[in-house]
Amino acid sequence: MKLAKDLVAASAAPLVLTILAESESYGYAIVKRVEDLSDGEIAWTDGFLYPLLHRLEDAGQITSRWGVADTGRRRRYYAVTDAGTAALAEHRAQWRTVTGALARAWNVPGLRLRLASPIPTTGYGWSLA
Amino acid sequence: MSTLPLDDQIADWRRHLLGHGRLGEADADELEDHLRAAISDLTAAGLTDDEAFLIGIRRIGNLDEVARQYATTAATREWKQHVGTLPATRRLGDGPVAIVFGVLAALVVQLPRLWGDPYPDFLVSPVLALAVLAGYLAWTHKVGRATVLAGAAATVLSLAVAAFYPFTVEGDTWIITMLHLPVAMWVAVAVAYMGGKVRSARARMDAVRFTGEWVIYMALLALGGIVLFAITFLTMAAAGQEPSEELISWVIPSAAAGAMPVAAWLVEGKSTVVENLAPVLTRIFTPLFTVAIAVLLVGIVAWGGFSDNRDVLILFDVLLIVVVALVMYTLSSTPADARAGWFEWLQVALVVGALALNAVALTTTLDRTFDGGLTPNRVAALGLNLVLLVHLVVTAWLTAVRAARRTPARGVIAWQTAYLPVYAAWAWGVVLVLPPVFGFV
Repeated sequence: MKLAKDLVAASAAPLVLTILAESESYGYAIVKRVEDLSDGEIAWTDGFLYPLLHRLEDAGQITSRWGVADTGRRRRYYAVTDAGTAALAEHRAQWRTVTGALARAWNVPGLRLRLASPIPTTGYGWSLA
Repeated sequence: MSTLPLDDQIADWRRHLLGHGRLGEADADELEDHLRAAISDLTAAGLTDDEAFLIGIRRIGNLDEVARQYATTAATREWKQHVGTLPATRRLGDGPVAIVFGVLAALVVQLPRLWGDPYPDFLVSPVLALAVLAGYLAWTHKVGRATVLAGAAATVLSLAVAAFYPFTVEGDTWIITMLHLPVAMWVAVAVAYMGGKVRSARARMDAVRFTGEWVIYMALLALGGIVLFAITFLTMAAAGQEPSEELISWVIPSAAAGAMPVAAWLVEGKSTVVENLAPVLTRIFTPLFTVAIAVLLVGIVAWGGFSDNRDVLILFDVLLIVVVALVMYTLSSTPADARAGWFEWLQVALVVGALALNAVALTTTLDRTFDGGLTPNRVAALGLNLVLLVHLVVTAWLTAVRAARRTPARGVIAWQTAYLPVYAAWAWGVVLVLPPVFGFV
């Protein structure tokens, strides 16, 4: 399965904020954690992650500092700020609304049937089948 | 496949990354750390260095794509973003719109003739031209209704001042208003450019960049225009024809107004040509101004102060404006996370030098300034001096702290954008309040 681009983009900031709310972290570890959380379905490229981190930093939701990794290399660590925590609460509320609405909608029997059917039930679909 | 040692391969890759010119050293450090972490994970899983390197860079993504992504975030890069990410069609797409608005601007500046003025009006016409420029930006940026209303309100207020304040033409308050009204109207232009995102520091800095490049384009167009007029008039003179004053009063104001939307279009659409020009100019002139100010400081002491106090204050207002511009446009191309270096010390020297010169000017002229009481000119000049002084003192302090601790530019940049509304408020205050207070003399 390939996630839609918009969906990946929309979920990126809440994922980063959530991971940083757990503890301070750095780019590579964040990518790894997202892969773990999504069973490998969400694999960000750097080209995606670092600009996002910089945007969140400019918005004051996270801060960064340069530290030294175990390997002795310079490494940039990110941590969430109070504004970031507030933004995360807002993200959670919004996502709860979205996922709640979808869950309720998909519990309607007719809809579930249509979604579960591998062949589209529209006229066009039948003719293809 | 190459069998270079891993470090050499990574160094090559890093050079390539920096070669795009959109990433700073710090960005490259961060990406390199990421790549190395990925490689060590992959080699731990049993891959060879070469294999791990290939997979690692593959995961980081196509370098062009990475560079493009960066271009949409950090400061220097936004500058180039106009070229980098706008589709080619859009770049030309606004061209006809710009020309239509240009023609409109050229026509509206002549409107005062309708109520009997022999020339375009020095107060009304610039307001109308800038309103058309704001309209062009509002149109091409597809701004929301609130922005349009704000721009319209600013225009109506400016026009009310320009048309209905009972000025003595060429009196002091008239001249002061003529100088401040365009600045007040520029608020409408900037708001239209920002698409109403007036609270965003990023959008404000974009508006500052736009302003700088727009001024540069206007200057270039003016140079071309001067050559064109000179050739035309000299040819006419050679044929024994005197270009009538009537003709000049039609052509020059309309040409200047018509150039405004076109310059705006050039800034946004064709910024490759003078891309980064404002920051380049500041890099060249910051050292030169610093030296000149140092020399002048020594000179003033040696010459024993200022003998003529009439225009000294205005001269120093202009100097401080130039210094503010030098500082602002350097910062506008500085990434928020850039470390301070020698150039920051140079900036501190420039600002401190300018402030010292200004202080000498103020102390040697202030007592004489107040001899004749407060005039509109003195209030306007001293007030502007104060506004600039606060801006520069804080900037000097923040820059010095930044240079000493080698911290990122973020704080200094934030101060620049946070202070911008003070200039807008000052211009509006002068335009609205000063003339009635001094009885429109």
